[in-house]
Amino acid sequence: MVFLEFEKPLENLYQQLDKIKQVGEAGDIDVSDKIGELEKKIKQTRKDIYSNLTGWQKVQLSRHPERPYTMYYINQMCKKFVELHGDRYFKDDKAIVGGLANIDGINVVIMGHQKGVNTKMRQYRNFGMANPEGYRKALRLMKLAERFNLPVVTLIDTPGAYPGIEAEERGQAEAIARNLFEMAQLKVPILCYVIGEGASGGAIGLGLGDRVYMLENTWYSVISPESCSSILWRSWDYKEQAAEALKLTPDHMSEFGIIDGIVKEPLGGAHSLPDEMAKLLKRHLKKELSELMELSPEDRIKARINKYSTMGVYSRKKTTTEEKV
Amino acid sequence: MGWFKRLKDGIITSTKDKKEAPDGLWYKCGRCKEASTMKEVRENFHKCPHCNYHIRIGSHDYFDLIFDGKYEEIIDDLLAEDFLEFTDLKSYKERLEAAKKKTELDDSMSVAVGKVNKQPLVIAAMDFSFIGGSMGSVMGEKISLAIDYCLETHTPFMIISKSGGARMMESAYSLMQMAKTSAKLTLLAQAQIPYFSFLTDPTTGGVTASFAMLGDVNFAEPEALIGFAGPRVIKETIKKDLPEGFQRSEFLLDHGFLDFIVDRKDLKTRISDMLSFFPVAAAT
Repeated sequence: MVFLEFEKPLENLYQQLDKIKQVGEAGDIDVSDKIGELEKKIKQTRKDIYSNLTGWQKVQLSRHPERPYTMYYINQMCKKFVELHGDRYFKDDKAIVGGLANIDGINVVIMGHQKGVNTKMRQYRNFGMANPEGYRKALRLMKLAERFNLPVVTLIDTPGAYPGIEAEERGQAEAIARNLFEMAQLKVPILCYVIGEGASGGAIGLGLGDRVYMLENTWYSVISPESCSSILWRSWDYKEQAAEALKLTPDHMSEFGIIDGIVKEPLGGAHSLPDEMAKLLKRHLKKELSELMELSPEDRIKARINKYSTMGVYSRKKTTTEEKV
Repeated sequence: MGWFKRLKDGIITSTKDKKEAPDGLWYKCGRCKEASTMKEVRENFHKCPHCNYHIRIGSHDYFDLIFDGKYEEIIDDLLAEDFLEFTDLKSYKERLEAAKKKTELDDSMSVAVGKVNKQPLVIAAMDFSFIGGSMGSVMGEKISLAIDYCLETHTPFMIISKSGGARMMESAYSLMQMAKTSAKLTLLAQAQIPYFSFLTDPTTGGVTASFAMLGDVNFAEPEALIGFAGPRVIKETIKKDLPEGFQRSEFLLDHGFLDFIVDRKDLKTRISDMLSFFPVAAAT
């Protein structure tokens, strides 16, 4: 098990538990009472830690090395999955995966950012940072979905779109912009979930939908806390303050009305019980899809555009001065 | 080598020996270092008369350059709010106040309607001097309302971009302006009303990755920095020097993301020419 810094109390308890179990196995002392006590304590400690997470702690959890990624959810949720590759223009981006899937009898086109599970795979997946061809592959799959009237599901988990020379040469900005433009008027339902990191343009390039949800221990923001710290504080050391200032947690996003709700994670985070998490996500997804599929394409598009049109907070200059009584 | 060859580049006169010239009379080009009078610069479309460097100018300068004489400012009553109570080294509220005082503007975008060689056009233009031309809720709403205005009056639309990207102090709200503006542009496209995107130095981040790249025609000023990620971020990521001319207008034209580059002196004629190709049915 990998413990994050704020999980230290848990790590200590687990170490104690291991020791006691060893003692129990070695000799004839009955340790079952002690084990029960410790397990209870672990549960309580976990509850305490997880009910009071800061913005930065949520960021850390969203990047937990054992956290399930897009392919895990697809494999767990879908009876059938045919992965489709390539953008038909340049190449196949490994940082975004997608294809045809069947979820309990419902055919969908599902796609998402994919991170690697070990050092080699992390490089292979470019750490979940897509190039323009990734966004163009995603758009190709969405257009395919539209043609055959299949709903689109996107899973968002990226530290950002890749900032590289080739990415600029091939039009990273255009690729993301094009996706926003096309997703706004796609005739089929679009359902989005932030399952890990929701960083900026790289995230929203797959994130314009009829409904957008976030898993409980994720974040969504215009910039990562590290980059925000480096730009506004001119130092990398203020990431925790930046994470708070950006108000990037699912609770904030939900309160602002930017997302439609939060999908609860098992206690201890998605990585503690990944199969349970996949079940929760599947249940949520099925319910949402059936609701969205009832609407006509025209109504759906209208509602989608209206939803985004009302996002923003500003005030109006007073043109008339009312007399105060 | 001759004894007279200049060995050191740049200014070597210490600040205390510097000769003061009154402000507003002279302009010293940041690129070729040549001096010109402000009058010469103004008459030369705000470009350096020596090297043709396109000096960064504000929204109202563009309105003056493009419209036939008078124009009307619209959607000018929106004000940004520090609703997240965002504080870094300074609070967002303080930054807004300082920017307003410095620029005498309310935010980083102004919208105006006028005529270009007698053809109506709505222009939404940015001011880089206002928090780096950053896009927050106000810019998003101004674009959204300008599009509504164009839909109602059947007027072509143009955005002049000059921005560092999304405004961090409005966090996810500013990110959502990318979705909002792009979604609204689909309505213009459906109504067959042309949208021109004019990119000027600099246009980066969320602005480029949404409406700035979505023009029916995309065009730029010469040598403008245009990109998704800023050059510093790319350099830090790849740990290599960037090639000469990288992310400049000419680079984007070469890679197929711009239709053309236009010198500021030809700007008005070019816009007028384009408008003549996109007749818009009059509002009924």
